Amino acid sequence: MSRAVTVVDYGIGNLYSVTRALEVCGASVRLTASHEHIEDAERVVLPGVGAFADGMIGLAQRGQADPIRRFIESGRPFLGICVGMQLLLDVGEEFGEHAGLGILPGRVTPVPATGADGRPHRIPHIGWNVLVPPPSAPDWGGSILASLPAEPAVYFVHSFAPVPADERQRLADCYYDGRRISASVRAGNAYGCQFHPEKSGPAGLQILRNFLQI
Amino acid sequence: MSNLRLIARLDIKGPNLIKGVHLEGLRVMGDPQQFAREYYEQGADELIYMDIVASLYGRNSLTDIVRRAAHDIFVPLTVGGGVRSVEDVNALLRVGADKVAINTAAIARPELITEVARRYGSQCMVLSVEAKRVAPGRWEAYTDNGREKTALDVVDWVRKAERLGAGEILLTSVDQEGTRKGFDVALVHAVASVVSIPVIASGGMGSPEHLVEVVNAGGADAVAMADCLHYRRIRLPEIRAAALEAGLRVRKT
Repeated sequence: MSRAVTVVDYGIGNLYSVTRALEVCGASVRLTASHEHIEDAERVVLPGVGAFADGMIGLAQRGQADPIRRFIESGRPFLGICVGMQLLLDVGEEFGEHAGLGILPGRVTPVPATGADGRPHRIPHIGWNVLVPPPSAPDWGGSILASLPAEPAVYFVHSFAPVPADERQRLADCYYDGRRISASVRAGNAYGCQFHPEKSGPAGLQILRNFLQI
Repeated sequence: MSNLRLIARLDIKGPNLIKGVHLEGLRVMGDPQQFAREYYEQGADELIYMDIVASLYGRNSLTDIVRRAAHDIFVPLTVGGGVRSVEDVNALLRVGADKVAINTAAIARPELITEVARRYGSQCMVLSVEAKRVAPGRWEAYTDNGREKTALDVVDWVRKAERLGAGEILLTSVDQEGTRKGFDVALVHAVASVVSIPVIASGGMGSPEHLVEVVNAGGADAVAMADCLHYRRIRLPEIRAAALEAGLRVRKT
């Protein structure tokens, strides 16, 4: 039985790959470039690549921000990817301060330009990195991170990262030269992934499959 | 630094995967999708598609190949060759490309780098550089798949491109490409030491030892491989195992 998913088109990013990945995982995908088909969706994915400010402008121009807030408040499954995850927070600092959707308390700040030892490293953070449970050790079973292989690696490409104010909302972290990065967040059935599950090979597809089961 | 990325590079002419030597003389290898699927299944961290005649004939016909790839392959795709405008970038992103590699058009009009980066993000804007040795420690940038000189010094050019907003550099050695005699390690080091964005080394891979050398001595963040994969001289799982054994951090698949 195929699961219905609404993927929000707000003018940024590669929609083809996330749509295809969801389809391969058994979803029937509807794209919406307007405010329609969000509030009455069974589940919603907010993808995105690019700048935080452009993302908020895109949502505002299409009247999608409030429908998304209401959808999340209803408790139905939601997945934000990359910028789509960042927009869940209160504030983003890319190209100045910009308000986000304010669903998760916290800010989106630059990935530190040096490792924990003070040595410079590449920005953007590009490549495969391993997901680890945060110190609060939430149970990944029943979440989008269920049934992954040990030391699951997924694909990151970003220069900014969310810093959730509430530790309990961290689902997974990764470490970039000793710098802790919030890789995945969760608030009820609203999930965010800083990495790209649609670009993370079989592990990523498993994450999307899990999302379709929520 | 991030885990080292092992990238399969597919050079395309028309509908075919081809392989060249010194970015010229071509041999048709076959259907790119077959090769791409194999590399994905063998754990390639990313794929790069380069249309090697687009710039010469003023066209970019890669969209069908990219769409087919993105239909079934779920790792990052970088696409280049004849990309001349923000509209060209948009067309490729719509069919599943994640990053776009630009060479000729960026040299002709460097502002294009900023336009692409501003609209799609720096991470999407890969500067493709074809470098030919002109003196010890100096390289000249070439365009049109290694055919046209530009008189641009590679090290100066990459610095400028980073300032303009490039998010990554695909660095191909014209001298080493297709030779399987190893990368131009000095070139990679010269570039990697003056930019803070990731550098993908391309051109010359013949054995896992070459890979280890270009990472340890050159500072490459990723390695693009073509000849050794397409001719099946060595397979990705063996390369990954060799890298791990050499103490390099790579994704465990």
